[in-house]
Amino acid sequence: MSAFQTKKLPEFKPDLESESFSPGKILLATLKRDVKLAFRRQSDWVNPLIFFLMVASLFPLGVSPEPKLLSTIAPGVVWVAALLSTLLSMDSLFRSDFEDGSLEQILVSPQPLYFVVLGKVISHWMMTGLPLTLMAPLLGVMLFLPFEGMGGLVLSLLIGTPTLSLVGGIGAALTVGLRKGGVLVSLLVIPLYIPVLIFGTAAIEASLTGLPVAGHLALLGAMLVMGLTLAPLAIAAALRISVSG
Amino acid sequence: MPRWFYQLASPRWCYQITGRLLPGFAIAALLLLMIGTVWGLAFAPPDYQQGNSFRIIYLHVPTAYMAQSIYLTMAIAGAIGLIWKMKVADMVAKSCAPIGAALAVLALATGAIWGKPTWGSWWVWDARLTSMLILLFLYLGVIALNSAIESESTAAQSTAVLALVGLVNIPIIKYSVDWWNTLHQPATFKVTEKPAMPPEMWIPLLIMVIGFYCFFAVVLMLRLRNEILHRERRTSWVRELLLQMRG
Repeated sequence: MSAFQTKKLPEFKPDLESESFSPGKILLATLKRDVKLAFRRQSDWVNPLIFFLMVASLFPLGVSPEPKLLSTIAPGVVWVAALLSTLLSMDSLFRSDFEDGSLEQILVSPQPLYFVVLGKVISHWMMTGLPLTLMAPLLGVMLFLPFEGMGGLVLSLLIGTPTLSLVGGIGAALTVGLRKGGVLVSLLVIPLYIPVLIFGTAAIEASLTGLPVAGHLALLGAMLVMGLTLAPLAIAAALRISVSG
Repeated sequence: MPRWFYQLASPRWCYQITGRLLPGFAIAALLLLMIGTVWGLAFAPPDYQQGNSFRIIYLHVPTAYMAQSIYLTMAIAGAIGLIWKMKVADMVAKSCAPIGAALAVLALATGAIWGKPTWGSWWVWDARLTSMLILLFLYLGVIALNSAIESESTAAQSTAVLALVGLVNIPIIKYSVDWWNTLHQPATFKVTEKPAMPPEMWIPLLIMVIGFYCFFAVVLMLRLRNEILHRERRTSWVRELLLQMRG
């Protein structure tokens, strides 16, 4: 017997039936943790909101302060600003977890990564997409968006911004191992954001002209459902690649 | 799995087989593109509405087809690389991206040149054009991601994931002219129906399309062989090959 022989460790058998492995519990635990973390570091969710406000206020100054012109471009401006500020916040989704090593712990833990990732993305949306949606009517007023358009604006952002967080998560996961991810995330993600932008602004235009909005919102909803089911898979795969490489 | 599938995984075998296939494809591409160009540009009858300006179709349609097919090739090669950890598939995916981006630029440029006399403007923001532009952006994203990651295997896997995610766009481009009412004319070739053009117009187009496929095969093989030599530069067979080449 050699002196270096170590004591045999008890075999690790995760009890997959136990409570701590139920998808709902994992999702909820991740959600709670991330929301708590975000509240402790407020710049993460306040900065994108300020950015949103600033980008939108550039247009009256840069294009023209004339109410008639502003009200026609308002849907697009609000949506583009929301899209850009989501992009800006995307880098923080996995960055701090990657830097302090907790991302690796999540990856090696026996819990299904799908639900952890979903929880992280939902908490990201709650800290960026949801405040953006709630603040959008204010920007609408600033840009002279007629009152009829407000419903379409809020609803389209409410259904559209979760998709932005889900798709952006793929870009964030692919670039988390890189030192400079900032511009690259935008390059990867903007092409995938374009369909959401098109149907989001189309919904507002439709509600402005009194046409039925339901069709555009249904398409946004379909994109959200597809994102919810498939994006966490892609994010999980991308995280495994980025962290192992 | 058939035997040739496993053999494809060997860079050395792949290098040899592409070396044997290359001359055939090169001659076919040259002949088909020459015949197609001369027939299409000089001998095909002019269009009754668009006159001679329609002749750019002989470049526009093949390049647009290729831009989409190459994306599909890249995504499938990426998926094979992800699933079976096949190095050669990673190299194929990497070699596809710049070719596809170049052909997407050509398709957009020829489309703009065609749009000026027929629609009166270089660019319209309709569904087909926009989705084609997104395709170009996707190619650029793939290239940017691939060059940003230093480790070759990580870069290959990451770009494969991105290419697979971007695959959503391909059916949107394909069916954009059917789903939305756009300025762009519907697809020229359909599998189930006869083309709306007379044969003396669509046969040269078909020749051009096949010629472009051969051309893609040639460029892909050239890039792939380069990539194989570069990545396998430390193996003994590449060193022997280089010694032989030097004579």
